[in-house]
Amino acid sequence: MSDPALPPFAEAFSTARDGAGTGFVLAQIEARLAGAGRRGGPILWVQDHRAAQEAGLPCLRGIAETGLGMPILRVGARGAADALWAMEEGLECAALSAVVGEVWGNPKALDFTATKRLALRAARSGVPVWLLRQDAAADLSVAPERWRLVSAASEANPLDGRAPGEARWRAELFRSRRRAPGIWVAGHDRAAHRVDLAAALRDGAVGTGAGHAAADAPRAVGGGGRA
Amino acid sequence: MRPPTPPAPWEAEDAPDGPDPDAPLVLAQDGPHGPVIHAANAAALAGGAARGMRVVDLRAICPELQVVPADLAGDAKALHRLILWSRRWCPWSAGDGADGLVLDTTGSDHLWGGEAAMLADIAARLSGLGQVARVAAAPTHGAAWALTRHGDPQEICGARALRVRMAMLPVSALRLDGATLTTLRRLGLKRVGDLMLVPRATLERRFGRDGRALMTPLRRLDQMLGDAPEPVVSPAPPQRFRIVRRLVEPVMDPQPLLDEPLGMLCDALAGSGQGLRGLRLELYRTDGIAVRFEIGCAQASRDPAHLRRLMAKHFESLDAGFGFDTLSLEGLRPERLAAAQVRLDGGIDSDVALATLVDRLTARLGPGAVELPDPGESHLPERAEGWRPALDGLGGGLDGRRADALAPGGLGGGGLVAPGRERPVRLLRAPERIEVLYAVPEGPPVRFRWRRKPYLIRRHQGPERIAPEWWRAKAGTRLRDYYKVEVEEGARYWLYREGIAGDGRGGEPDWFLHGLFA
Repeated sequence: MSDPALPPFAEAFSTARDGAGTGFVLAQIEARLAGAGRRGGPILWVQDHRAAQEAGLPCLRGIAETGLGMPILRVGARGAADALWAMEEGLECAALSAVVGEVWGNPKALDFTATKRLALRAARSGVPVWLLRQDAAADLSVAPERWRLVSAASEANPLDGRAPGEARWRAELFRSRRRAPGIWVAGHDRAAHRVDLAAALRDGAVGTGAGHAAADAPRAVGGGGRA
Repeated sequence: MRPPTPPAPWEAEDAPDGPDPDAPLVLAQDGPHGPVIHAANAAALAGGAARGMRVVDLRAICPELQVVPADLAGDAKALHRLILWSRRWCPWSAGDGADGLVLDTTGSDHLWGGEAAMLADIAARLSGLGQVARVAAAPTHGAAWALTRHGDPQEICGARALRVRMAMLPVSALRLDGATLTTLRRLGLKRVGDLMLVPRATLERRFGRDGRALMTPLRRLDQMLGDAPEPVVSPAPPQRFRIVRRLVEPVMDPQPLLDEPLGMLCDALAGSGQGLRGLRLELYRTDGIAVRFEIGCAQASRDPAHLRRLMAKHFESLDAGFGFDTLSLEGLRPERLAAAQVRLDGGIDSDVALATLVDRLTARLGPGAVELPDPGESHLPERAEGWRPALDGLGGGLDGRRADALAPGGLGGGGLVAPGRERPVRLLRAPERIEVLYAVPEGPPVRFRWRRKPYLIRRHQGPERIAPEWWRAKAGTRLRDYYKVEVEEGARYWLYREGIAGDGRGGEPDWFLHGLFA
């Protein structure tokens, strides 16, 4: 069952020193593919040179642990322009299950027009696309959802009190077309194939403003509401 | 002709580490009771080597023997190439056993100035290739076979002298199997002439005429003397897909002229049920300079539009000079490609769509830039997480191998290996050195500094010890103790300590950061 609330194009901002952006994008891909019932085609993973240098390459075994068993077609582009071109080519191919593009910083090639082209192609072919921005400032973009992600303290590990448990991220939806922005603590529920969003603990600035009411209730994105 | 395959002379000179020609060397293949000798060099033959002998027996006689495994499939392939190459002398050539060539030169020897001149040319050119060859010319296949192996060097035997010359040769010149030769020796028949004197009826009664595998002495004798036909079956040359267009006038932009030859090439491919994995375009300029470039395909293809699209990038930076007057298209690495049916909804197969995407990405970004996972069976993360160019083909890497290697249990060992450990979602290209503060040298880290920023560790898990692969790594490589740590801000990292204090493999252990967890 597909959730119409999930747009085909999302942008995730994170620092290159943190795996939060990658983890959140992988969780969203897993939730979306499980909901749409289309699995099997490879994921096109485009990286520009700087992103691969700063944040490393996707690790297959780690990605397999998140529940994504399909292969990854990795494209190492020299610059952002090549990376964007490769993403657009990938969006033409309906055999892919998703396209992930990683761009480091704020290159000139990645402007409002480039994101518009990605959005149009994604809407036409139906292949979802995630733009993972490393160490970037949020400039103009048409992405219907824009997230800013930082790692949060993980859950308690049931087997070992001193060890980190299930990953949690502090996810800030700072721009969205369909719902009010807000800040949540996000986690990946692998069994239910969805990304859980729980209200963040209020500490000062968080929880004030327009998104307050929306942020209070627990929400789920992906495989429908909480059972 | 009988070209054995010793190392070429220039190889022996250029490679100081290559085998010494004076040292005994044999090529071995597997026999039922251990390796047996397939071929030997002169020094080994002098030391007592013989074909079919066991390597251990020879090593007892000749202790300094070097043994190299024989590459029979490679030899057969090289011989096939040599068959095609030898058609420079006559159009009809074939392989003769595992180490011979037979050329039907009837009617073509006069083009080379007679049989003697032709044989000299053949011997000279083969020695130019680094092959030691014995050549002979005779009216029949069987006689030529016998003369190359038992006659004088470059011997020519005419039709009139055939019976006399053959009568002098030993019976082993008759291409018989070992059991028949043993029987003939026991009967006291040593030369072909002895066999000729025996009445045919007697020979037929003793050995049969068309008995086992057409190898009776009577039949071989008839073939040798030309009384029984033995046609040479020449393999057809591989089909070449090449189209050359010579233009009336030089053109500056060859692109509009490419569609027609490309369509013809693809039609020819479709006619023979093949597709190509590569395409080479050569453009010859009027001033004699040739521009050539190649494109590659991840899957065999014969779609003109697709091939055209892959070439487009090369025309962006084409220096036409005074124009091109000849263009040539050649299909490389043809493979079988069955005709595929277009689906009812007009879409194309997802495999084809993926191969097309890989081709387009590779054509613009280079073959090293588009990669597919190539998981290796190793505990070391950088070995386990291999990548290979996607242009090498989509098969295997897409489904089977990955599923196997990434199965729970980690290494695809059928569940007999240790349970899968947690792995990060990102792996740095090379582990980065960090400064670490710890309470005890063998214990977990407390603080570390990575890329000039300090981190305080709040929680940790580990160590997971990964020992070096002693069968591959050089001596002195240290083991690794991996920790999954969570820092105060919440990010989770994969650190390792290389070695432990006092392991005798260097001083204080170093710490590295290798991956980022989700």
